[in-house]
Amino acid sequence: MTATTETPSALGRPIKRKEDARLLHGQTNWTDNIQLPGTVHMAILRSPYAHAKITKLDVSPAKNHANVVNAFGAAELGDLNGSIPCVWPVTDDIVMPAFPALAPDTVRQVGDCVAVVLATNPQSAVDALEDIVVQYEPLPVVIDMEKAIAPGATPVHADAGTNVCYVYNLGGGYEEVKAKADVVVKRRFINQRLIPAFMEPRSVVAAPMGMSDEITVWSATQIPHVLRVLLALVTGIPENNLRVVAPDVGGGFGGKLQCYREEVLVVNLARKLGRPVKWTETRSEDMLATHHGRDQIQDIEIAATKDGKLLGLNVELIANMGAYLQIITPGIPLLGMFMYPAIYKMEAYNFKCTGVFTNTTPTDAYRGAGRPEATYAIERIIDELAAELGMDPLALREKNWIKHEEFPYTTVSGLTYDTGNYEAATAKALDLFGYDELRAEQKRRRDSNEPVQLGIGISTFTEMCGLAPSRTLGALKYVAGGWEHCTIRVLPTGKVELITGTSPHGQGHETAWSQIASSILGVPVEDIEVVHSDTGRAPYGMDTYGSRSLAVGGRAIKLAAERLIEKARVIAAHQLECSPADLEFVNGVFQVKGDASKQQPLGAVAFEAFTAHNLPDGVEPTLQGEATVDPDDFSYPHGTHLAAIEVDTETGKVRVRTYVAVDDVGIQVNPMIVEGQVHGGLAQGIAQALYEGAFYDEDGQPLNATLSTYLIPAAPDLPSFITGQTVTPSTTHPLGTKGVGEAGTIASTPAIINGVVDALRHLGVTEVAMPATPMTVWKTIQAAKGGK
Amino acid sequence: MHHIPITVTVDGMTYEREVEPRALLVHFLRNDLGRVGTVIGCDTSNCGACTVLLNGRSVKSCSVLAVQADGTSITTIQGLSDGNEWHPVQTAFKECHGLQCGYCTPGMVMSAVDLLSENPNPSEAEIREGLEGNLCRCTGYHNIVRSVEMAAELMGGAK
Ligand code: FES
Ligand code: FES
Repeated sequence: MTATTETPSALGRPIKRKEDARLLHGQTNWTDNIQLPGTVHMAILRSPYAHAKITKLDVSPAKNHANVVNAFGAAELGDLNGSIPCVWPVTDDIVMPAFPALAPDTVRQVGDCVAVVLATNPQSAVDALEDIVVQYEPLPVVIDMEKAIAPGATPVHADAGTNVCYVYNLGGGYEEVKAKADVVVKRRFINQRLIPAFMEPRSVVAAPMGMSDEITVWSATQIPHVLRVLLALVTGIPENNLRVVAPDVGGGFGGKLQCYREEVLVVNLARKLGRPVKWTETRSEDMLATHHGRDQIQDIEIAATKDGKLLGLNVELIANMGAYLQIITPGIPLLGMFMYPAIYKMEAYNFKCTGVFTNTTPTDAYRGAGRPEATYAIERIIDELAAELGMDPLALREKNWIKHEEFPYTTVSGLTYDTGNYEAATAKALDLFGYDELRAEQKRRRDSNEPVQLGIGISTFTEMCGLAPSRTLGALKYVAGGWEHCTIRVLPTGKVELITGTSPHGQGHETAWSQIASSILGVPVEDIEVVHSDTGRAPYGMDTYGSRSLAVGGRAIKLAAERLIEKARVIAAHQLECSPADLEFVNGVFQVKGDASKQQPLGAVAFEAFTAHNLPDGVEPTLQGEATVDPDDFSYPHGTHLAAIEVDTETGKVRVRTYVAVDDVGIQVNPMIVEGQVHGGLAQGIAQALYEGAFYDEDGQPLNATLSTYLIPAAPDLPSFITGQTVTPSTTHPLGTKGVGEAGTIASTPAIINGVVDALRHLGVTEVAMPATPMTVWKTIQAAKGGK
Repeated sequence: MHHIPITVTVDGMTYEREVEPRALLVHFLRNDLGRVGTVIGCDTSNCGACTVLLNGRSVKSCSVLAVQADGTSITTIQGLSDGNEWHPVQTAFKECHGLQCGYCTPGMVMSAVDLLSENPNPSEAEIREGLEGNLCRCTGYHNIVRSVEMAAELMGGAK
């Protein structure tokens, strides 16, 4: 072994993914693939009403159906009908209603769980649901959030007596700065309800496993570690008897960041029946029963001087909780709370959020979780202010954003941004976009009154990654911490096992984490196995959401690897009969400084640590390093996105002609994966702007909760994207990285709508509701014409 | 419920089984044969995750009854290559990062194979139209389009 010449570090290279070979050959391990002997399959009777009393429930006829093992309502389940947890009571006086897995007497949303049937095959379980006798007495339904909090509204939870879940206030001083403003612009934005719609439906299997009292739970979840704690608390099963595994998981986007009713039911029923229980949702169940995202009414007011200097921002939100509080439902708007001032300097900021119960599917995290709503509001109102002032929207932004030499900068909401360079990202985006030419074309089309008008949409966004410094979470009344763990072992054969507490579901952690470890340990990427998503093999972790995996988990990987090297250095020095300080570590090999003939590769050190025949005094056998790291701070990716939008004024059809995304996510571990994350994020953000929205009628019936009516974009609905990057390393992260999972989603929704409005502003249009479907756009144009 | 005997060749192996008349091909593949590489993403024939080749042409296996597959030959993602030799579409998806979570991938790859057999040299618009029946929530399709373009090149489509 003489490999002491520098080989290029794996860090920063677009290495092809390790994950792909299996995934491309169908050698996958989705939860629904698991078929254990003796499994019983669960099917769920769901409420067809949005709000009703259950006046009669008799599950016994279902038990006579062939192949049915048992059937349960809330009464039959008794203590095993666990209560679903919410871990973020955002205020001291928040209303936190009971949330039993099976509704005992009242249903509060279409899709509420009423009873379950267990059968030896899935078809029989579903068939037998029809034999259950159930009667409902409909109750008044509240869907509209403003009506829900108006006097006299029927409370979703009768014993709460109100539909106000909480009221949260932050900041102050807006009224004073408003008094000295020349211009005040106020708008109401509707950030509509979305459905996560990950492609793999949820599935959960729980099985009492052989030797001990252990129950193993496989679930299509983003959060096996958090879920284990919550399942223990909810079911009373000792935590040390629970093993939670998230096998291959097909997307999540926040929708699998949850402790779901169905998970609790499956675990409790497996325990009760003493045999494996399995449930896999249909897509139509998913659209009702997986939590939804967004759904805020945003009243936004911005105050400025006449030459365009921002003075203050006032944000008043009404946020839809849905019928129940799920894991972090109340906290979602607060994740955006600090981000409304975004990249802009101003003197005052007021924030108020009212959380409201309605007879709808609960809301919770969906890609971006609070930050897309915040970014949408600020980037839209900036455009409206620019129009009011008669300024170029980009010039207004530039006038007010934090200059690169002003970092670190503490914003009016109290966050300290470590680094950023909005000038550089914007310059690059303009370069890729051709801003001036497009403005000229826009003018031409306007002047000649062409049917197809052109708009330019701008979004100079920032966001907050890396949930989160545990003390900050504590101050916000979140009940858990935000640390992350990593253990790295060099095994006797020289292979490396990297055990992470993050839990990937498409992000490519196996590849990216190997690259980080490889760059420090000098071991080839292919010799590193990333172990994750199984509390039996990777016992510590806080899982994957909020673009935290690299931002927090990456810190743990780096520190664990460095600690491992330090231990190995002591052993190597002993083997080479020198002092540890005399050794340098290059490409996986220790060598004596100035004497390249004296070497010890890491693998040989590992074997020594394994045999333990000749370890220095006081050094323990085995070679591993571990680290549990609490981040010092958040990280703040940013970027400039520009969209050229064509709007056919005769049909209302919107076409994204060009989309340029320049993102600054700091140091990139794998640029190919980064770009993929940006693409996918853009698709979801553009989808909110143009295609998606979950709606209810007045009776609380979902209007489009199927995949044939809820429009997830297909390939023809999206353009190819032009991506670029600037790299301003984070100074609070030891790797200089920031996070990329949500940036595209956060940035793109306002870019698109700003472009649509820009295309139509000369017609008198100042706002277009999302999703900006042809019908909506056409009606908006007609209304503007009528108003003229 | 009475069962009907069928004979189906799946990925080169012939199976004789009895199925319920209402059983879907995708359930037959997954539950009866344990060919779980093909997946289910919806119950409304929208997602395309379940796409397989039936006598060489792509079908959504959730929209075909198992009994209709009697006497046919099915190719799934698991039979597209022998594991050593990759199919060019598989190679291209890896090279171009055409997958993230990989759940849409079995269907996406099989649709792409069918698309390229019909049109060996598709334009970007033709690729997007051709894959319209396959939903992906992760990639935004950008790299899927690149993958199919690369596969066309690897397969010798005129350029
Ligand atoms: S499973 Fe969705 S189309 Fe077949
Ligand atoms: S890669 Fe996840 S759905 Fe396509």
